[in-house]
Amino acid sequence: MNATHSSSSSGGSGIGSGPLGQGNSPTCYFVIIGTKDNPIYEAEFVSVNTARSSSGGATIPEAKKEEFRHLNQFIAHSALDMVEDLQWSTNQMYLKAIDKFNERFISAYLTAGNIKLLLLHDAKSDDAIRNFFNDCYELYIKTLLNPFYEPNSIISSSAFDTKVRASAKRYL
Amino acid sequence: MSSSASATSRLSVMSMAASLPSVGGYSSAPSSIYAKRNTTNILERHLNKTRGAEVSVNAFAFLFSEMLQYTQKRVNGIQDLERKLNELGYRVGIRALDLLVWREKNSKRETRVLGMLYFIHTTVWKAMFGKQADSLEKSTENEDEYMISDNDPMVSKFISIPKDVSQLNCGAFMAGIVEAIMDGCQFPSRVTAHTVPIDGFPLRTTILIKLDREVLEREEQLK
Repeated sequence: MNATHSSSSSGGSGIGSGPLGQGNSPTCYFVIIGTKDNPIYEAEFVSVNTARSSSGGATIPEAKKEEFRHLNQFIAHSALDMVEDLQWSTNQMYLKAIDKFNERFISAYLTAGNIKLLLLHDAKSDDAIRNFFNDCYELYIKTLLNPFYEPNSIISSSAFDTKVRASAKRYL
Repeated sequence: MSSSASATSRLSVMSMAASLPSVGGYSSAPSSIYAKRNTTNILERHLNKTRGAEVSVNAFAFLFSEMLQYTQKRVNGIQDLERKLNELGYRVGIRALDLLVWREKNSKRETRVLGMLYFIHTTVWKAMFGKQADSLEKSTENEDEYMISDNDPMVSKFISIPKDVSQLNCGAFMAGIVEAIMDGCQFPSRVTAHTVPIDGFPLRTTILIKLDREVLEREEQLK
């Protein structure tokens, strides 16, 4: 499914080339990926800090923003290869920025149960992202402890969603 | 339901909660009979809240005996029964892994086999049964086999095995926990439990961990 999306977007508006490359939408894309490379949870945040600073720049029309959203998924999943390479070289959980794509960075956090937390973002401080990841890991463990939650299945709880967004607002 | 005996064996509250396959839902609205009904969201409870909590061995023995009876009705054969117990232990192990690593505060993942086994031998056993496992050994015959032994396994303490199913080992539950932890950290292996009685410890159980070949290959590359 991702493959067909990527071919259509590369044929159309050039990513990174032309004016669209500079007007980075200040959204962060966060995804939790399970052990079978299946996304368990996805969220997009508009980071308030960068939005304020780019008030003078040209706004991206809504239609173009929609096109880029599925690209986020594609970028995050292609970064999984990098995670797997780094996995055995270190026993840290927080792998910092593992990949870069057109001015956007991908940071990863690998949990003890081999769940990957990936964040697509513009330049941000390592500490802020580390705190955010720690918060999300804690929320994930609490969800996991629920005996009705099947590990590796989609997290559809709205309370979880609210908490992740609150944490993003606080740290990102 | 606290035991009156002074020597209360400790068990993790978490293992009891996580191994329940089905539990009746309780009403979330506070009723007047129970004055202080806890209605907080699970996402708001602190993970360290039950860190040192103990569960009485009577409660766990009762729960485990019910689990055994439940599975006994639904299987045919000893192998099947051990496999079902293994699955129940698996559900506990997955949760135990993340929770115990988080609680350790030093948060490092394990990338080497020996580190992983040591983690199971000390931290996991201590959290589950209140004491470390009794021995961790590497088999001399096969490169890929390791053994963790427990002289007095809590799960089989109150289970009496009749003669016709004498091959059954309730340590299959513990084996399931270990297998889940190994799987979670990307060390896929086959884990089984065997009774190896020695002097003074007739119930001594050994958990045999047989690592898959890819784990050994990776260990070789990492050396």
